[in-house]
Amino acid sequence: MKQMYEPIIGLEVHVELNTKSKMFCRCSADYFGKEPNTYTCPVCLGLPGALPLINKAAIEDCIKIGLALNCKISEKSLFERKNYFYPDLPKGYQISQYRWPLCINGQITLDSGQVIRINRVHQEEDTGKLSHLGGVTLIDFNRSGVPLVEIVTEPDFHDVASVRDYAKKLQQLFRYLEVSNADMERGDMRLEANISVHPIAIASKASPWRLPDYRVELKNINSFRFIVAAIEYEIKRQIEALEKREKLTQETRGWNEDKKCTFLQRSKEEAHDYRYFPEPDLPELRIEESRVKSLESSLPELPWDKLKRFAEEYGISKNDAQILSETKELAEFFESALEHGKKHGVSIKEVANYIVNRKPDISSVLPTQIIEELKGKKVGIIESEKELEKLAEQAVKENANAVLDYKKGKEAALQVLIGGVMKLSLGKADIAKLKPILEKLLKS
Amino acid sequence: MKLTKDQVKHVAKLANLPLTAEEEKRYSEQLSKILDYVEQLNRVETSSAEPTFNVTGQSNVMREDETTPSLSQEEALSNAPQKKECMFETKGVFED
Repeated sequence: MKQMYEPIIGLEVHVELNTKSKMFCRCSADYFGKEPNTYTCPVCLGLPGALPLINKAAIEDCIKIGLALNCKISEKSLFERKNYFYPDLPKGYQISQYRWPLCINGQITLDSGQVIRINRVHQEEDTGKLSHLGGVTLIDFNRSGVPLVEIVTEPDFHDVASVRDYAKKLQQLFRYLEVSNADMERGDMRLEANISVHPIAIASKASPWRLPDYRVELKNINSFRFIVAAIEYEIKRQIEALEKREKLTQETRGWNEDKKCTFLQRSKEEAHDYRYFPEPDLPELRIEESRVKSLESSLPELPWDKLKRFAEEYGISKNDAQILSETKELAEFFESALEHGKKHGVSIKEVANYIVNRKPDISSVLPTQIIEELKGKKVGIIESEKELEKLAEQAVKENANAVLDYKKGKEAALQVLIGGVMKLSLGKADIAKLKPILEKLLKS
Repeated sequence: MKLTKDQVKHVAKLANLPLTAEEEKRYSEQLSKILDYVEQLNRVETSSAEPTFNVTGQSNVMREDETTPSLSQEEALSNAPQKKECMFETKGVFED
């Protein structure tokens, strides 16, 4: 019989907070795309004698993330120094948390119903940005000291679909909480995975169950697609190695997108020895119960709660509820449209269908306009050629680019103009009659 | 407590200090003596004492999330032994 293997995966997610200032100094944390080394001071440059001072908003954001992930908030929390020599940190250590993290023992439920345990949610600082140029390394310290929250799971994942779902859920959560833009491409959110595989027989027969004696760490992956590809590759590589009776060892690997494979970055022998110790320059944090309560009550309705409520309260499909609760803004748009719809006899289903299928640009359309449009449809369609001509002329005027495209032979540009007329007419134009009118107008 | 030469090498590596063979030997003796000296503290009964990490007795010292102007780029780079393209330059390291 063929031996089966089970992957065991744990995830570490780093998210940069969108506070105004950095974690331990008053430099602006809005560093992205700025001139190098223009957002620094003695604290974030690690100059001798400079003293850190904790950003209260960052601590609150970290606790909010912890609360949303059902964590216990530590009564006492301490920062520690994580010591290592690497030029991305000017101090020779990163201020992080180790033995006394802000939030511990949480959990999150995935779409599949699987519960993922959260080991910890802790606060730390980001590092400077390195670029490698012809044999030397250049450092920009604008990012040094930007508040960073790390969320660590237990090794509860056994497939890539769950990993993807989890990462997406966290990204959605950060945006709902408005603690980060969580833009992967900009590096606001970064993923690391610890992966090992074991033969399934061991898990079922041998008791007690235990983790394999090695794990491979995949670091610094900045897209959902890459983490999925990297984990899939890694599972395959490890199973192949086990089949060949090779011994797998603790190591850090990166993802090469061009070659579509993982590659060795650091082996066990070079594993870090961080010598954590409590940061003597920062007094401990005491988080009072009342503070936790007030932060908890400040949380918005969380995405998974909203999804559930949409499905139950409005009787729409889970799939539609998921789309409508994708962002807080869209969810608010939907509910505001429902409110208006109710007054004008437009049903929940009509509103939900419209938004799900037509995907209106909610930054330019008002919820009331949608209801107008849906209402208008019931009242009647514009069939008068004169009126349609007027609308078509207006749309042509407003969409000069589409007209040019059409004249260059791009027939699809006609759709843009039809869309323009629909917008002007609040969806009431008769498309069958409109089309020849538009075509005639464009040829003239 | 005797520190082995390998332990001294390890500590030196972590501290990013290049040591000669002669220094490794000398420091292993000196560091062992220092450890012995500090070891005396273990004679004190501390099982009921809370560890002290901070002597100020303060807690929750925080600031509001406000920005103040940073150093100018010129000031920030003024102590850099080497710079290039307005960045600090250091010997090449691999990204990891």
